[in-house]
Amino acid sequence: MAKGFFGGIHPDYHKELASGEPVKVMPLPEQLIVYFSQNLGVPSKPVVEKGDEVKKGQVIAEAGGFVSTPVHSPTSGKIKSIGLHPSPVGTEMEAAVIIPDGEDEWAEGCDKERDISGFTPDEIKNIVNNAGVVGMGGATFPTHVKLSPPEDKPIDILILNGAECEPYLASDHRLMLEKAEEILEGASLFARAINVDNIVVAIEKNKPDAIEKMKNLTAGRDRFRVEALGVIYPQGAEKQLIYAITGRKVPTGGLPMDAGALVQNVGTCFAAFEAARLNRPLIRRVVTVTGSGIKNPSNILARIGTTFRDIVDFCGGMTDDTAKVISGGPMMGIAQYSLDSAVGKGTSGIVLLKADEVAQFENNPCIRCGRCLAVCPMNLDPSAISIFAERMRYDETEEYCVMDCIECGSCAYVCPSKRPLVQHFKRAKAEIRKRSKKTG
Amino acid sequence: MEDEMKDKGPGSGAEKREQAADKKKASIKPAKKKEAIEARFLVSSSPHIHDGQTTSGIMRLVIFALLPAALFSVYIFGISSLRVIIISICSALLFELVALRIMKRPVNVRDGSALLTGLLLALNLPPGSPWWLVVTGTFFAIVVAKQFFGGLGYNPFNPALIGRVVLVISFPVQMTKWIAPSKWGADAVTTATPLGRIAESLEALGHIEMEFGREEILNLLVGNRGGCLGEVSIILLLAGGLYLIVKKVISWHIPVTFIGSVWAMTGIFHLIDPAHYANPTFHVLTGGLFLGAIFMATDYVTSPMTPLGKIIFGAGCGVITVLIRLFGVYPEGVSFAILLMNAATPLIDRYTKQKVFGARAA
Repeated sequence: MAKGFFGGIHPDYHKELASGEPVKVMPLPEQLIVYFSQNLGVPSKPVVEKGDEVKKGQVIAEAGGFVSTPVHSPTSGKIKSIGLHPSPVGTEMEAAVIIPDGEDEWAEGCDKERDISGFTPDEIKNIVNNAGVVGMGGATFPTHVKLSPPEDKPIDILILNGAECEPYLASDHRLMLEKAEEILEGASLFARAINVDNIVVAIEKNKPDAIEKMKNLTAGRDRFRVEALGVIYPQGAEKQLIYAITGRKVPTGGLPMDAGALVQNVGTCFAAFEAARLNRPLIRRVVTVTGSGIKNPSNILARIGTTFRDIVDFCGGMTDDTAKVISGGPMMGIAQYSLDSAVGKGTSGIVLLKADEVAQFENNPCIRCGRCLAVCPMNLDPSAISIFAERMRYDETEEYCVMDCIECGSCAYVCPSKRPLVQHFKRAKAEIRKRSKKTG
Repeated sequence: MEDEMKDKGPGSGAEKREQAADKKKASIKPAKKKEAIEARFLVSSSPHIHDGQTTSGIMRLVIFALLPAALFSVYIFGISSLRVIIISICSALLFELVALRIMKRPVNVRDGSALLTGLLLALNLPPGSPWWLVVTGTFFAIVVAKQFFGGLGYNPFNPALIGRVVLVISFPVQMTKWIAPSKWGADAVTTATPLGRIAESLEALGHIEMEFGREEILNLLVGNRGGCLGEVSIILLLAGGLYLIVKKVISWHIPVTFIGSVWAMTGIFHLIDPAHYANPTFHVLTGGLFLGAIFMATDYVTSPMTPLGKIIFGAGCGVITVLIRLFGVYPEGVSFAILLMNAATPLIDRYTKQKVFGARAA
């Protein structure tokens, strides 16, 4: 079976900064900023108002459609205000500011242990949906949707994504070390929901302790298999991961289910376990706080809504020469203009970098060295697409398949002219989407 | 990891709210300070890191790889060789600077591309070239072939080769005045290049008369022959090429297919009619083939980007080189071959596009 994919890069990983730090529980902060929309797809609808008292686990925004999930209050307290707040995705988003009452009291029915062995596939999907579980690797796609493939798309393999190929990040790594059994339980639920008997735990070889742990736990359990993957970015990208494990290619424009596969991040599995077994909605997650700009690199269990400022303070503060704060990893994460952003369901890490570590892209001419072509995991021609995009010739960018770009950033990482390639592609994609909306 | 999140923190809820309010009052000034820090945050699109390789870094590596061959030319052809190199590099840099100024483009002579073009052109000239010849060459290379077309990255043809070919066509006498090798250019005796010699012999006798044994091969490998500055020492050029491949500046595709196709094609002709067509090994080791295949045909801007495109490009260069050498007016055809294939590069790129991952078989 293929254990690789086309292209890819080998960045400096700097995982050691945080990978040895056990997950610490972040104390309840003075306020939480909870965005009403926490998933990719249809935004959720707020159901609370200013001044409302809420309990921990209470729904504060309900699903806005099928491809949507509810959002829950991460603690008990009072809604101080509702308004726009800076968010990790770079824009301001509507959020509830919750002032905790300090009681941290669960809503009725939550936090009750229950037997999960009898749940039917539909019950599992409902539980996952009602608990607001989304893809926690960063994409925040509603999990119950992934668990509901149409009948003509049979799935025969469930892949647990523990690759964590982004440099610096260690949240999945820590979770696999500290909550391995729970992750496997969650995965079993997913497998039951889609009626699959073949579960692969996929982990990059730079996490030998996690591989060892998972191998020990799955020994003698036939449905599980642990695959040690080569260390190459972007190994954890869904299409690349499926190819590495199964040798199947997800067709362009298609979804993993078109290749008969379902990929779930290990953090998502853990969230599903908590939702099913303990009846706890998704209100917290592991966040790696790392980089040379943070005093004490850590992995923390933070409530959704904890501001980056509180987290940075909790981790000893940042150095004076911190130049960039990234939500997520340095390859695909989003630069923050303010520490007022708060943790969302997809915030896998906060990386603080100094000026000399940060890439500065300029609009230099392409010298056609071809490095971008060699590293592109989607086999695109980033050079040509970027030149078309520069000239606003978006039809040509579409012809050159810019819509297949996964924005992994490998091309820009190796570009000797330091061209802002990913920025060009994001722009081109947005323009093409805008156009197709107009005409379609 | 603690499983329970019942870490309520100090104090009851009411106290906590009070504390929060107090803190808010007290924190007006610190908040301003925080703002000042955050105003420094860099905000840009991902990715946020880079592998550090730059255009000038790549140019430096190529120049470094050319140095042994360049230094050897000084050793074997003497100070006149050094003079050509210095004039060529200096005039190339000057033309680049002036052209960028006049065209109001960002002046970035430090990227090393003009320096490399100057060096490459020098290595493609006869050792005793007069200064005006060199300067004419760099003018056409830098100003006409490069800047007129839009500067670095936009030139369809290899600038150094345009410079050389303009000179070959316009000043055939000066461009074929060769100096016989001697240590440090002790006595400048004119000579002919090996390729020139077989062309003459063909013309005079109607067939090739030459000795081609172990000693001749050794001389060609070392570079003990007449020719352009940088083309003579096969071993040093090969070393530079291997260095560039190891450093991942170039790939093997173009040099191997270029040299390989010259060898194969001349070999076929030699097998058919050895009296009229020279030994393929001789063809490979003479002329500017190694310099051209390793350092000129691999120029990023003017050659295809995909492996398959590079193979087609290299093979095409080889075929045209052989056609010119065997049937053309000029004894050497490497420069013309590369320039012709430069013209075909956009076409090759278009037809060798990689298939997108997951694309259905057409």
